[in-house]
Amino acid sequence: MNAKSIKVEFLARLEGEGGLFVRVKDQRVLDVKLRIFEPPRFFEAFLRGRTFNEAPDITARICGICPIAYQMSACHAAENAFGTQIDGPIRDLRRLIYCGEWIESHALHVYMLHAPDFLGYEDVIQMAKDHAQAVQRGLRLKKIGNEIMTLVGGREIHPINVRVGGFYKAPSKEQLAGLTEDLKWAREAALETVQWVATFTFPDFQRDYEFVALRHPHEYPLNEGHLVSNKGLDISVQEYDQHFIEDHVQHSNALHSVRQERGSYFVGPLARYNLNFDKLTPIAQEAARSAGLSAQCRNPFQSILVRAVEMVYACDEALRIIADYEVPEQPYIEVRPREGTGHGCTEAPRGILYHKYSYDERGLILSAKIVPPTSQNLKTMEDDLVEFVSTRLHLPNDRLQWQCEQAIRNYDPCISCATHFLRVQFERG
Amino acid sequence: MSPVRKPKVAVWKFASCDGCQLSLLDCEDELLTVAGVVDIANFPEATRAVVKGPYDISLVEGSITTPHDEQRIHMIRRMSKNLITIGACATSGGIQALRNFKNVREFISIVYPRPEYIETLNKSTPITDHVFVDYQLRGCPVNKYQLVEVLSAFLHGRKPVTPAHGLCMECKRQGTVCVMVAQGIPCLGPVTQAGCGALCPAHERGCYGCFGPKETTNTASLSLWWKVLGVSEPELVRAFRSFNAWAEPFRKESEAHER
Repeated sequence: MNAKSIKVEFLARLEGEGGLFVRVKDQRVLDVKLRIFEPPRFFEAFLRGRTFNEAPDITARICGICPIAYQMSACHAAENAFGTQIDGPIRDLRRLIYCGEWIESHALHVYMLHAPDFLGYEDVIQMAKDHAQAVQRGLRLKKIGNEIMTLVGGREIHPINVRVGGFYKAPSKEQLAGLTEDLKWAREAALETVQWVATFTFPDFQRDYEFVALRHPHEYPLNEGHLVSNKGLDISVQEYDQHFIEDHVQHSNALHSVRQERGSYFVGPLARYNLNFDKLTPIAQEAARSAGLSAQCRNPFQSILVRAVEMVYACDEALRIIADYEVPEQPYIEVRPREGTGHGCTEAPRGILYHKYSYDERGLILSAKIVPPTSQNLKTMEDDLVEFVSTRLHLPNDRLQWQCEQAIRNYDPCISCATHFLRVQFERG
Repeated sequence: MSPVRKPKVAVWKFASCDGCQLSLLDCEDELLTVAGVVDIANFPEATRAVVKGPYDISLVEGSITTPHDEQRIHMIRRMSKNLITIGACATSGGIQALRNFKNVREFISIVYPRPEYIETLNKSTPITDHVFVDYQLRGCPVNKYQLVEVLSAFLHGRKPVTPAHGLCMECKRQGTVCVMVAQGIPCLGPVTQAGCGALCPAHERGCYGCFGPKETTNTASLSLWWKVLGVSEPELVRAFRSFNAWAEPFRKESEAHER
């Protein structure tokens, strides 16, 4: 039989729900569709008429895995519209809580969602039987990320302490100092993670991607910077809409985002790393080199390695912030609402998350646009699969299906977010 | 003693943010222990392995918003000895229930360029509107320690201890000074169920009701107090209309201020 289809009805170890459909005929991949059947929830519609200060808490509910990303982009958008700049300890606290989310989310993905693919287990619990020490390390790393979120944000999922202008209450110096020992352990554990992941076998695969990420003159990007790419893009966040467009395709409840006149692009850890290697701290750079990575990496299967490097960075940066921290005089800057439009773009663990709001003179939201990282990567994931499947058609369906799932998990897609996403279906026919 | 069959636990997702089932993975210290005493039979967020039903315990996250999900929940109920809903979406319809107050067609056209591709119900509804639910765990998100308590109670055949009293009790017990009385900050604590650890008042902010209405609420009285603090009618509507907007006491109170 020279024709087949591969169907994964329900892609596992992803946040949210989606499926994959691949159609193959005469040794050619005819069609790849990532189907997103995560039900639509209409955030951009019901945000209309709410106040600017409600947006961080409401949009956090788009994703339980990266609520800080949503809260940060929503805050920056409002501050952009109202002409408020956040500096000093409040800005540092924002970076700190974001580091917590990166550590928690990356540890979850590296250890619990992606490593089982490389080592041939259905899940982390089965993997734990043979790799107990590694799994314990991953769980404690994740827990320390969550501890940062809880200390600065009140709780790890949907933190309650973030507001436009800063925080409701600033933690004390002593409270933050209490995290130091755990974070020193976490930095060592993240370095061990890099070494451990470096022993995995990575499929030989790369394409000529356009990587898009924030870039900031003084730091590895989290909250602020210019939007840049390896293909010449260099714009301010305000210009996002002129360069990226959202497409609605029939097979998906998620919109596909593409570069104007260029097509698919790639956001997330791999994009950040390629565009900002020079901004990593020396320890993180050294960890990457010791794992055999250069300043450029185009193999999406190695994104798990880059995630581990970013964990080293996040621990390092968190330690720096804690050591330098002074309690701000006021936990937040009072903003003055005015009529206008604001843009916010920050680096969620999975890549850039763009928010745009129009406000009336009282700060009520007139319109909202939210572009999550997963919807920006969807087209790239489909494009990857076309090429990936084409070279692996000799494999039996169950092997091929698992490898396709692994290829999708390279992007750590968060489908709850993208809805506005997985089942895998192969049709060889 | 002969070996005992491990109880089968399944996790199901409907319209939601994944945060409540993530709470299970966030039990870093308890996860491997829990996994040792139960058979995790279906948990797509964590595993590609699927064990067939019936299941001893089904944890259900999310609200019903599509014709397909309306059917799926009945299938899950038939396969489950105990069905426990986790979180505000599953117990009250969640933030996506804000559509229930508007025309959903209009919502679709605001968000999606090709509305004809979207299939959705007019209302986002809690699981109890569709099937019998054995236990409801509140919160947006749930408190992970309450989640472990409920699981443990069901595994041992006892009643879970998750109080239905108000947030004020929790706040007082922690020794937090009342933000409404002392600072004039509007707070939903008096009408909201305890369980989160009274986090907002401890951070100098008023409770925003993410655990939903407590037992026997007096929302009308709280609204009067809010007005004394200078809160406007539209602000009251918004306050009661968030993550548990479709829970009856909150829904009725928001509607009372809309006229």
